[in-house]
Amino acid sequence: MNVQNVPKSELEAVVVRFAGDSGDGVQLLGSQFAQETALAGNSLATFPDFPAEIRAPTGTTYGVSAFQINFGSRVVKTAGDQPDVLVALNPAALMVNYKGLRKGGLIILDSGAFKDKDIKRAGFAVDPRTDGTLKEFRVLELDISAQALEVAKPFGVSQKEALRTKNLWVLGLVSWMYDRELNSTNEYVARKFGADDPIGQANLAALKAGHAYGETHEISGDISPVQMPSVKFEPGTYRLVSGAEALAWGLAAGAQLANLEALLASYPITPSSPILHILARLKQFGITTFQAEDEIAACCAALGASYAGKLGITASSGPGIALKTEAIGLGIGTELPLVVVNTQRAGPSTGLPTKTEQSDLFLSVWGRNADAPIPVVASRSPGDCFEVAIEAVRLAVKYMTPVMLLSDGYIANAAEPWRIPSMKDFKPFPVEFHKNTEGFHPFLRDPKTLARVWAVPGTPGLMHRIGGIERDYNSGNISYEAANHQKMTDTRAAKINNIANDIPEQGVEAGELKGKLAVVGWGSTFGPINRAVSNMRAKGLDVSHIHIRHIWPLPRNLGDLLKNFDKVLVAEMNNGQMLTLLKSQYLIDAKGLLKVSGQPLKIDEVESAIRSQLGAP
Amino acid sequence: MNVNVEPAKLTPKDFASDQEVRWCPGCGDYAILKAMHKSLADMGAKLENTVFVSGIGCSSRFPYYMATYGFHTIHGRAPAIASGLKLARPELDVWVVTGDGDALSIGGNHLFHALRRNIDLNILLFNNEIYGLTKGQYSPTSRIGQKSPSTPMGSVDSPAEACTFALGCNARFVARGIDVQAKELGVLFSRAREHKGASFVEIIQNCIVYNDGAFSNFTEKDVAAEMQLHVKHGEPLLYGKDKNKGLRLNPKTLKIEAVVVGENGVTAGDILVHDEKNRVLAGLLAGLRPPQFPEILGVIYCDPAPSYEAQVAAQNAQARAKGPGDLDKLMRAGNTWSVT
Ligand SMILES: Cc1ncc(C[n+]2csc(CCOP(=O)(O)OP(=O)(O)O)c2C)c(N)n1
Ligand code: SF4
Ligand SMILES: [Mg+2]
Repeated sequence: MNVQNVPKSELEAVVVRFAGDSGDGVQLLGSQFAQETALAGNSLATFPDFPAEIRAPTGTTYGVSAFQINFGSRVVKTAGDQPDVLVALNPAALMVNYKGLRKGGLIILDSGAFKDKDIKRAGFAVDPRTDGTLKEFRVLELDISAQALEVAKPFGVSQKEALRTKNLWVLGLVSWMYDRELNSTNEYVARKFGADDPIGQANLAALKAGHAYGETHEISGDISPVQMPSVKFEPGTYRLVSGAEALAWGLAAGAQLANLEALLASYPITPSSPILHILARLKQFGITTFQAEDEIAACCAALGASYAGKLGITASSGPGIALKTEAIGLGIGTELPLVVVNTQRAGPSTGLPTKTEQSDLFLSVWGRNADAPIPVVASRSPGDCFEVAIEAVRLAVKYMTPVMLLSDGYIANAAEPWRIPSMKDFKPFPVEFHKNTEGFHPFLRDPKTLARVWAVPGTPGLMHRIGGIERDYNSGNISYEAANHQKMTDTRAAKINNIANDIPEQGVEAGELKGKLAVVGWGSTFGPINRAVSNMRAKGLDVSHIHIRHIWPLPRNLGDLLKNFDKVLVAEMNNGQMLTLLKSQYLIDAKGLLKVSGQPLKIDEVESAIRSQLGAP
Repeated sequence: MNVNVEPAKLTPKDFASDQEVRWCPGCGDYAILKAMHKSLADMGAKLENTVFVSGIGCSSRFPYYMATYGFHTIHGRAPAIASGLKLARPELDVWVVTGDGDALSIGGNHLFHALRRNIDLNILLFNNEIYGLTKGQYSPTSRIGQKSPSTPMGSVDSPAEACTFALGCNARFVARGIDVQAKELGVLFSRAREHKGASFVEIIQNCIVYNDGAFSNFTEKDVAAEMQLHVKHGEPLLYGKDKNKGLRLNPKTLKIEAVVVGENGVTAGDILVHDEKNRVLAGLLAGLRPPQFPEILGVIYCDPAPSYEAQVAAQNAQARAKGPGDLDKLMRAGNTWSVT
């Protein structure tokens, strides 16, 4: 068995998928491998793919947790369509994942976990290793369980703990295969368990043993390591960053640029919770976090903080965002800044909480009672969350409005190498509270932005009342006047529409500004669309990639730009929401590449759609 | 919108906004508003440091009539909005005005959590046992049999008792007053304001349009003395014109009994003495209702504990003691690598 006998070009990038029981520590294995890979200077993208159950019954297919990483010596833009290597720690992990493997790909499986009952439990009628099920793949069977038990023996840990070192044994082996340094993992284990903890020592021993196993078996000719040169990145300091981290830091950065303290109020929900967890540790940045009793209270508390002169932020996912709707409406009516972070997940209702989707676009743009426009921005990748979060804060405070900031489950959990920005490269936008009592009323507007003044409680002489009842344009007092309501509705709409003049014009991410076909995306489909368009252009097809960050209002030139193309294809992970939005705004005959499987879009899927749009073979 | 420039010593009038009050003539809310204007003036409150947050309902129009800062929000959510406000600006005096439907129906969850967290809000629940603003449907505090547009044959579900609910939520300050008793309300307002942590004040309020006379069996002049017990810390629980009626505990049943001193061998020594810090006693008292018992009024329970926002502020201060955060540093902590 030789790992290296894969086609040469594949070595530019490899997709490895680790899969096992949700108790096998696959996510840790994957993220540590990603860390090592990043430090080795490769480009990478990850895709943690785990079940909603915390600990599903062992050996079941629905309890399988997986972590996919695509890494290479060229820039990698997605977590990869098809794994080249699958590590399956039990039969269920094999069952769920082998069909997705590239033909000729390598399966490393833990033969120690292939007892008859496990095989049956995974849904194989007969042992898949013997009946030809895996004949299209190369299979490397290793009794990883036995290895782990053996290695852990001297440390006197329980059998259960010993078996749980399997993940580090695999990490050792795979690290050897791709020539990764183990330092960061060694440090991680030491930090997690403490230097003297026997469990920690057993884990370190397993890591070493996996690595050593590779070395000795290379000598015996079973497997051999692969070299993967590092990528030529732009100069700078890099780190791995997940979407949730970058987003949380971006919010902190936004608050700093606005010269405001912030209150994040949130209620736990997958996959949004990491934002709450991260910001809870950033108190020294002037951030207070509040775990509210529900999402309604969270949104209300954030709005209360904004009213008090802080930056109010609330973060949730689909069902939680639905609950916030009424309070967002209050924010629109009272014209207070508020950042609402929506880490989208598959729905409706509970849907698939750990799976990704982009199906809250309608909810964000139009999903409120009455005429209630707000700006909506969407991040395209983990690192991009940082800038988009800053932009959300900027719009919220400059225009005195709630802003919806869209991420999704894929972006939130995935990690990528990120050139760490410097705060000095961002232009501050410090908020100035209104202080002048002369002619004051709370709905005095900046003639240019139409934003109302922000006068906060505690300011002498500016006492005023605001609320959900329609406010008089000229005094802010409650008003039931018909003409005033028309004027206020028009003003709220004009204020938001006007933001189109304060955001960059839409450009293209790949290709020309006009041509036969534009593939339009937004959010986390950036990677697959961009790669697919580049690949197809390399094959001579006339196709461009347009990726929209400002979902509402749309960039002012977008309509004209789209009309420069014979055809428009909107690729998104929903049933056609951006497609509908663009059709309604620009009356264009766009088509959709729509997918809602809970899985990210694949490069291959976009490529076939491009081919079929252009009638290319 | 008038800008109020603050004179040196504020009078009750200074706390009134320039907006025309729009409650029905004769509504109990007027008296409460007046009591608040006076009470704030007496307490020496500052206009700019006082904020009234309300939900939705007749009662929740209150902030519009105050010359302080005010936020009329959405139905049931005032405690949540006020919590964010108080967390953001602990130095402000934050009042929440809510109704029985606002606080105990749609907003029950938020009231519960604001009270148990013990965040320093002064929560005033105007209880008229009816939905005033939506034209008279029965409310969670309406008594069984309440006829209303939504219960033409009388309501069948058992009501919530506001102060008992508050105690169950672990509120550390629970009091009850009556809309027209301005002096007593003034005391409750000032006690609530002084109390650090969540204070809960139920105000019995007459809705003259949809539930007139709901409380007349203890508010009417001719029955008031016999049907109201104004509790005072350290004083015996006596009431009645001659102060000879009282409450005693039956130790066998753990129930309160209304007795007359001098009758059936009852002596003054049998009468319970009010202890604001006694939660069990507070629970027993809060649940007593006319006509079997007098209406219990005054500070039923007051036993301060550290307030939520102060503890949050302390954690923030602890984290910030090492100096302000440096984002450039934060983002460069852990595993990084350089490309040149
Ligand atoms: C979300 C929502 N649901 C319903 C209403 C309608 N509504 C307004 S006030 C109210 C009840 C108010 O009763 P209460 O809190 O007792 O106040 P009161 O008018 O009696 O002072 C209702 C149901 C609303 N404004 N918002
Ligand atoms: S309906 Fe009742 S509670 Fe509402 S203003 Fe009129 S009298 Fe007052
Ligand atoms: Mg009511």
